[in-house]
Amino acid sequence: MTTSSLFLLLLLVTAVSYFFGRKRSEMLAESVGGIRHLHSLPNYYGLMAAVWAGIPGFLALSLWVVLENTVIQGMVFSALPERFQSLEASQADLLWSEIANLRSGVLTEPSDPALLSAVQMLESLAARSTLGKTVLVLALSVITAVAGWLLIKPQQKARNHFEVVIKTLLLLSSLIAIFTTVGIVFSVLLESMRFFREVPFLEFVFGTKWSPQTAITADVPGSSGAFGAVPLFAGTLMIAFIALLIAVPIGLMTAVYLAEYAKPKVRSIIKPLLEVLAGIPTVVYGFFAALTMAPQLKNFLEGFGMDGVSSESALAAGLVMGIMIIPFVSSLADDVINAVPNSLRDGSFGLGATRSETIKQVVFPAALPGIVGGVLLAASRAIGETMIVVMAAGLAANLTVNPLEAVTTVTVQIATLLVGDQEFDSAKTLSAFALGLMLFFTTLMLNVIALAVVKRFREQYD
Amino acid sequence: MTDQNLNAIERMAKVKHERMQANLSKRYAKEMRFKAYGIASIAMGLTFLVVLLGTIFTGGWSAFYSAEVRLTVTYDQDKLGLYDVSDQAQLNSANWASLLRSALDERFPEVSSRSERRQLYSLVSSVAEYDLKDRVEANPELLGQTEDIWLLADDEIDALMKDQIDRNVAESDRRISDFQIGLVDSLVESGEMKSSFNTALFTNGDSREPEQAGIRVAMIGSFFTLLVTLALSFPIGVAAAIYLEEFAPKNRFTEIIEVNINNLAAVPSIVFGLLGLAVFINVFHLPRSAPVVGGLVLTLMTLPTIIISSRSAIKAVPPSIREAALGLGASRVQMVMHHVLPLAMPGMLTGTIIGMAQALGETAPLLMIGMIAFIADVPSGPMDPATVLPVQIYLWSDLPERAFVAKTSAAIMVLLAFLATMNLLAVFLRKKFERRW
Repeated sequence: MTTSSLFLLLLLVTAVSYFFGRKRSEMLAESVGGIRHLHSLPNYYGLMAAVWAGIPGFLALSLWVVLENTVIQGMVFSALPERFQSLEASQADLLWSEIANLRSGVLTEPSDPALLSAVQMLESLAARSTLGKTVLVLALSVITAVAGWLLIKPQQKARNHFEVVIKTLLLLSSLIAIFTTVGIVFSVLLESMRFFREVPFLEFVFGTKWSPQTAITADVPGSSGAFGAVPLFAGTLMIAFIALLIAVPIGLMTAVYLAEYAKPKVRSIIKPLLEVLAGIPTVVYGFFAALTMAPQLKNFLEGFGMDGVSSESALAAGLVMGIMIIPFVSSLADDVINAVPNSLRDGSFGLGATRSETIKQVVFPAALPGIVGGVLLAASRAIGETMIVVMAAGLAANLTVNPLEAVTTVTVQIATLLVGDQEFDSAKTLSAFALGLMLFFTTLMLNVIALAVVKRFREQYD
Repeated sequence: MTDQNLNAIERMAKVKHERMQANLSKRYAKEMRFKAYGIASIAMGLTFLVVLLGTIFTGGWSAFYSAEVRLTVTYDQDKLGLYDVSDQAQLNSANWASLLRSALDERFPEVSSRSERRQLYSLVSSVAEYDLKDRVEANPELLGQTEDIWLLADDEIDALMKDQIDRNVAESDRRISDFQIGLVDSLVESGEMKSSFNTALFTNGDSREPEQAGIRVAMIGSFFTLLVTLALSFPIGVAAAIYLEEFAPKNRFTEIIEVNINNLAAVPSIVFGLLGLAVFINVFHLPRSAPVVGGLVLTLMTLPTIIISSRSAIKAVPPSIREAALGLGASRVQMVMHHVLPLAMPGMLTGTIIGMAQALGETAPLLMIGMIAFIADVPSGPMDPATVLPVQIYLWSDLPERAFVAKTSAAIMVLLAFLATMNLLAVFLRKKFERRW
């Protein structure tokens, strides 16, 4: 039976158990003199019976599905002749896909006769696994369902038990966030460790030459594979800096105007309109940057007689990214400006200051920590942004301070290194994970600092 | 005090007053300037928005129309070499292109020279022959019959029909010859060529021929991906929010979870792609390019958004309701499930819709897990290889043909329409169910 039909059957068993559990509790209630002599409402007995029937079976099924492939693969490999035992991971993967293709009939001619027996073994193992899965899951769920049914007694604290189950499920759901973080840290960290075994950490962080293409044969020139990430960091920072140069003044002034000058009606129209900018997918910005902004900018600058403007210039990508984060800056700044208490403003007005003087000399200094936090969050957004730079920035790692040249960024390199077929043992692919590690920790640091600053600021006026 | 002294004081006061007056007008001017900066930055923001949307809409609307040619096609069995429609091999090897050629020859009997005939044949899309094949496969009785059929024109002809090709440029500088223009003009005059709504955009999968490329596969892929995301992230997000708001003890551990969720909300999306690649594909061996993996990755990405908005929805339910339920003897779980959750549901749904809109527009993590493949077949479930709308946009934006630029813009318009609908739905829900306690 396939996993999905097994799952549906499991749901059916669960539903049936609910029904029977409820029935049984009602029947038991009659013998002791009515439902009010039960500890809980019949509904809870039914639910508890359903929990008994459903959860163990479901756990067994998911465990089986998760481990199935790995176990079968291991068994098939260990049964292969001696010469296949010492393969590297990538070759083992290739071999495995050949076996899978032979089985599904895509391939008919095996490269080695021993593979045919492996295919047969795989067939029988898969059949056995399916049978085992069906029998185990169904048997388990029926046994636990019966056990749950038998457990139903008028004294059983069905509601309390069910509430414990619910609370556990709620707790597990909230733990997913932790698991995600741990998963991210481990997945990037483990692969990065493998990378740093091949390329020293210091060379990666301080090296100034980046060319991840490693030659397939030794005589191909210019592809020695150099992993100095400084040009990528520089490119990322330059594009993020250009973006902030656009977004911070515009976003800040927008927030100031909307918070201090605009009438509520104007504000209620302008604010959602600007937030549309934040809702547009980044791929759309990338398209705009690559096909409209970059060529226009090139024409415009060349009209002033500037030469050497790249059609993938950092300026175009940065400008468009700046547009994207304007609403981000403005809504964060708007929040903190609104959090500054009115008594400060009134005091300033009372001393005869104009509105702009109040803003510049009172509101702004008071809101500064919050604004700084917002700008840091915007910076982390700009550093981690991918699609705009993938589409509009270059691939060549130039170490330059000229925004009219093409530069590349960390995210661009991650995306290009990992798109398409990849083998998981080359430094080229692994370097993407090392870059991911850098990216994750940089943005994490920025966020932690920014959130801490904003929190301190909020506490100040609460 | 003498008069003179008094005069001196008056003079001083006068000077001071004048200075202040001058200073005041300077200060007012500053005030005006500051206000103008604010208005200017808002204007700039709005201009960016208008330019962005304007560029895409003006570039994209033309892709919703396409040029079609009406041809009188005779399904001649001998010419095709097809005698048994049920035989797939014969169907595939049949010479469908020859039908198009003879139909064009019949329409323009006066065209005889070799190069002119080649130009004539290139009026029709090079993949139109498969339309003929599909028609015969669906209606076998057509074999041997003659029918009038509208076929897609070549993308260059399409561009000519949309006036994107300048007829005044020298012949050698454009991709369409004077001869072809003559043919097109005569077809248009006789009503055998027209621009009509481009249904191929919505019914076809990806194709290397711009006139045939459509977004159907990408839309279905997006649908499956979002389905998986919704099925996972809504229950988990709501459950996590309920736990954190109603049951979590105030201790170190809860604080760690909260900080964690806030930080996850700001992790770059591409990092989630790395996680998906390393965990779901390399460790759990889930299929590459499949909407399941995409859905899982997007679930992890949208969870913080949903949790944060669900928490504020729960927070907005006044404590009096909780106290009333508890006072009547409900347990905490009953209080939450029967009273708080239904009241917080509209807010949670709003947050979820916004999270889904975010997931629909996301591209970068899906590139990592291989949803970038060229896929022309409609996926039948979440385990089949698929691509999604934003990735399709990314793929098309890289292609050199002019027609693909318009196609990309059109796909963006469709994507934006979906996003706008979702966001409007969220706004509507919020307006309709908003309650001030």
